[in-house]
Amino acid sequence: MNEYQVEQPDREVMSLNFLDFERPIAELEAKIDELRYVGDDNDLNISEEIRRLQDKSVHLTEQIFSNLSAWQIAQLARHPQRPHTLDYIGHIFTEFEEMHGDRGFADDPAIVGGAARLDGRPVMVIGHQKGRDTREKVRRNFGMPRPEGYRKALRLMEMAERFDLPLITLIDTPGAYPGVGAEERGQSEAIARNLMAMSRLRTPIVATVVGEGGSGGALGIGVGDQLLMLGYSTYSVISPEGCASILWKSADRAQDAAEAMGITASRLHELGLIDQVIQEPLGGAHRDPAGMAQRLREVLIEKLDMLAAKDFETLLAERERKIQGYGNFRTA
Amino acid sequence: MSWFQKLMPSRIRTDATEKARNRSVPEGLWTKCPGCSAVLYRPEVERNHEVCPKCAHHMRIGARTRLQSFLDADDRTEIGAAVKPVDALRFRDSKKYKDRLTQAQKTTGEDDALVAYHGRLRGSPVVACAFEFDFMGGSMGSVVGERFVRAAAIALEERIPMVCFAASGGARMQEALFSLMQMAKTSAMLGRMREEGVPYISVLTDPTMGGVSASLATLGDVNIAEPEALIGFAGPRVIEQTVRETLPEGFQRAEFLLEHGAIDMIVDRREMRDTIARLFAILTHQPSPDEQPAPAEVEEPATE
Repeated sequence: MNEYQVEQPDREVMSLNFLDFERPIAELEAKIDELRYVGDDNDLNISEEIRRLQDKSVHLTEQIFSNLSAWQIAQLARHPQRPHTLDYIGHIFTEFEEMHGDRGFADDPAIVGGAARLDGRPVMVIGHQKGRDTREKVRRNFGMPRPEGYRKALRLMEMAERFDLPLITLIDTPGAYPGVGAEERGQSEAIARNLMAMSRLRTPIVATVVGEGGSGGALGIGVGDQLLMLGYSTYSVISPEGCASILWKSADRAQDAAEAMGITASRLHELGLIDQVIQEPLGGAHRDPAGMAQRLREVLIEKLDMLAAKDFETLLAERERKIQGYGNFRTA
Repeated sequence: MSWFQKLMPSRIRTDATEKARNRSVPEGLWTKCPGCSAVLYRPEVERNHEVCPKCAHHMRIGARTRLQSFLDADDRTEIGAAVKPVDALRFRDSKKYKDRLTQAQKTTGEDDALVAYHGRLRGSPVVACAFEFDFMGGSMGSVVGERFVRAAAIALEERIPMVCFAASGGARMQEALFSLMQMAKTSAMLGRMREEGVPYISVLTDPTMGGVSASLATLGDVNIAEPEALIGFAGPRVIEQTVRETLPEGFQRAEFLLEHGAIDMIVDRREMRDTIARLFAILTHQPSPDEQPAPAEVEEPATE
């Protein structure tokens, strides 16, 4: 049985987890539910009223979501209902065959990967995997890979190169795992080697941040020809909490840190650090995972078509130019 | 001017001698070794490359001092000095990034946290760079990345070996994602060097952590560490908070890394120059620097 099939929750029956700033929407939705109940055992035709409230709810959602702070977006990126890599793989690809292990030490469940088809075309897909329930979260180590995760990813990247498979990566991690074993087995070197390998890999690479882009742990599978971000995903050099506790000496200032670092997709697009922002459904990807996956699928196909038209030398030269272009400095 | 000073010969009274006197007797003429607590005579420690003559404890050393004692005295050119930091994000935490930069520039005399040189190592041309840890914890932002890449580009073009002395807390938070991308930028350049067969030696010194250790510092053809240097991805405090147990003695120290296979060797700073010169000579198929005839170096200036 494929794990990712188990991971598809039935979202219709699942109550949506509302975040703090969504409280007005939650209250309105509760009122609508109440009315529906009343409507069931009442002759009164209240469907008109329900429709009115539903419109109001959509309007309210639009209003709240049109002006989110960086910190609010960070919460959406970590939303407990947010679709994870295997959810997307289930919707976007066919014939996904998951491959396991780094051939040296272990299989790290925080990174998944394998061969698959995208619109019929053979590809390699790799992504961070968080869990949904507590047991799964622990098993996936909350999406925080250990060195063997990065080494499994490297193995699959090299395989992709060998068999001419374009590489698609999905990024969703709080960061690489800070543990004793991870240090003993060379967390730094595992990430560094991936950065080097991805910059020279002779196959197209499209990386997409679908949730949290946590620092080096994200970049470790994130170097490529195209860097995309979902609308409410984040990407940063350190978590807002980590940044706040170091620079403000208090994790409570995470909101300020999130703002100052500019961790959102729209800000990073403005700064020229990412290639494209993929808009999320109203209220976030978790409100309509299938719809989100469909949009992502279309963009991935489009990007692969574009990259497939280039020969390797051009592809590598352009990737190199893009990577070497990162930075802000003046020349005196 | 007091009557006593008026009586003194002018030779003694001049400002120049006054300044010289101040310089030759700095406030810390004596220093205490952080390793063995021995009281040491400062000039002797300096002559010993900031290594304690009693217990061989390796003290932290500035980037420029490091490169000056590592490279041959003549024929040195700085690389990327014109590349200077900007505060593109107008980052402000408890302090403005701009002010932090100005302050770091004042205390270190450097523009940013990496110094790079084209020079010679026992006669053979090399590119060498070093992190200035006193500059915002040696953190890697855009300038560090760009200077590193420019240095590597020269090594590639001239096909001469490159060495980097890392000492850094990681990526610079104040430049946010631009700093993270310097990891990709420097590693990509090292990827090209590897393809072209141009040797790169990484020397990990105390401390080398985070984004710098997870990019350019662990990608050497040879990874060398200084004795007892703290080297790792996550800081010990972060790990302690995550795993909720006290870390073993010597965790993340150079000796621990050697034992776990992360580095090739630990080299005493006083042996660094000779060790790296020998390794580079082997990797580039040059005669051993120990056997090179002395006249070759004497003839050098005539060819310029």
